[in-house]
Amino acid sequence: MYHNSSPHRAQRNAGSWNAEQKLTWIPLRFIQATHWFLLILLLWPIFLAADELRGSGDLGVVIERAKGSVLIVETSNHTRLAEVSGLGDLSHASVVYSRDQRYAYVFGRDGGLTKLDILQAKIVNRVVQAGNSIGGAISQDGCLIAASNYTPGGVKVFDANTLELLADIPSEFGNQQRSKVVGLVDAPGQRFVFSLFDAGEIWLADMHNSHIPQLQKFKSIGNQPYDALISPEGHYYIAGLFGEDGLALLDLWNLAAGVQRILPHYGRGREKMPVYKMPHLEGWAMASNYAFIPAVGQSEVLVVDQRTWQAVRPIPVLGQPVFVRARPDGRHVWVNFALPNNGTVQVIDVINLTVIKTLKPGKAVLHMEFTPRGEEVWVSVRDEDKLVVYNTETFTEIATLPADKPSGIFFTNRAHQIGL
Amino acid sequence: MSKGGRGDFKLNMKRIILLLTIALFSAVSVRAADIPPQRQDELIYLLRQDCGSCHGMTLQGGLGPPLLPQTLANKPEALLLNTILVGRPNTAMPPWRNFLTVPEATWLLKQLLKGINHVP
Repeated sequence: MYHNSSPHRAQRNAGSWNAEQKLTWIPLRFIQATHWFLLILLLWPIFLAADELRGSGDLGVVIERAKGSVLIVETSNHTRLAEVSGLGDLSHASVVYSRDQRYAYVFGRDGGLTKLDILQAKIVNRVVQAGNSIGGAISQDGCLIAASNYTPGGVKVFDANTLELLADIPSEFGNQQRSKVVGLVDAPGQRFVFSLFDAGEIWLADMHNSHIPQLQKFKSIGNQPYDALISPEGHYYIAGLFGEDGLALLDLWNLAAGVQRILPHYGRGREKMPVYKMPHLEGWAMASNYAFIPAVGQSEVLVVDQRTWQAVRPIPVLGQPVFVRARPDGRHVWVNFALPNNGTVQVIDVINLTVIKTLKPGKAVLHMEFTPRGEEVWVSVRDEDKLVVYNTETFTEIATLPADKPSGIFFTNRAHQIGL
Repeated sequence: MSKGGRGDFKLNMKRIILLLTIALFSAVSVRAADIPPQRQDELIYLLRQDCGSCHGMTLQGGLGPPLLPQTLANKPEALLLNTILVGRPNTAMPPWRNFLTVPEATWLLKQLLKGINHVP
């Protein structure tokens, strides 16, 4: 900033002042002071922001699937706080949170596992741990991150702090084949549970020794488990089956009983419609002892009584469900659909088991995420590059935020929920 | 899925008729000019976004196999076209005939065989 013949230097060198130096020195100094003042004025909001402490309980991450970037959003005022790019192929991506709700672990399609500091909006670590990946989980104690992979098939377990590889669980079955792994969740007792799509198995990995997983395998659980969920208390693990009607249920409190088939033949021999998007089992849509589960190849939401595991009558809906998610209070269940009905969301009342509201958020609704206590829901609309926020009581649209091809929405309250 | 009986027979007849149609159409070569540019963009978008939900947006595979030129190269084109339009029984691959005409599917297949990663 200083000129070569700086008056400061001249002053120091000469040790004495003369009139000529004084004349040039004063205006220069004046200009610099003004510059400093302006600079501080301009940067003032940043200084303020840096000083301001904030929690992360009302934050979330939205996947921008085409750009390989994520948005950090804030639900109290419906704002976008930051965009972070460089996360690789996020065409299918999911997120789990550290228990302090500061770090998001993003699992990308290309096997990338990225640790994101959501308060500072920056990537703190990233490893590419497989060729093709589907999702992940965080252990009960928050110290382990597990990723479920398609290629090479298996589960890899990492240190949550450093992302150092601790254990590798290849999903071998039959004649040295490796299965794609789906439906990976954490379970109480420092365990991970997951399903083998190609093998039709459910595996339980005890991670008390993080380097040497103790595996328990349940075989012939059904044809092509495509995804799974665990009940909020970590009691039941349920895998949905693509290759046949029905679901596979594992009672984690009674492993000796093995895997039980529930809702067999729910299609009752009806011709299955083609499935243009795999349903996702995420969280446990549960109310008054009923669990709500997407039917595969039918325009129905299945209802099962958790006390008996018997089917209650299915609820006809507009199309084939993808996500079936209960509002946190359990009174309503929100459903989105596969092509060609993916512009619509329907709301089910769990008392009458009927659709009470049909909403049209826009073209290609991919995901819905409730605020922690459920007064609002955020909906991602891929083909219209936007997020729509609804009031869940009045069903009115209360905010719209731009987002580039948004898919998954993940709020930080997931940090403290088993299986999310 | 197949519970036998008349339904199955009807379904098979449908398939056979469709296969014959495909065979007829694939004999006629489809040029890019036959698909308007706007529809071409839509088809590529559908491929990336919707086929991509199983095959990966970059088509490197997911629950479904990769759709890269090198993985498709040794498969007969008629089989691939049939897979797109009619689906594959006992797999997750659905028929796309309600979304694509035969010339459109043929055009898409051509793009896949060439590799579409240069297409925006």
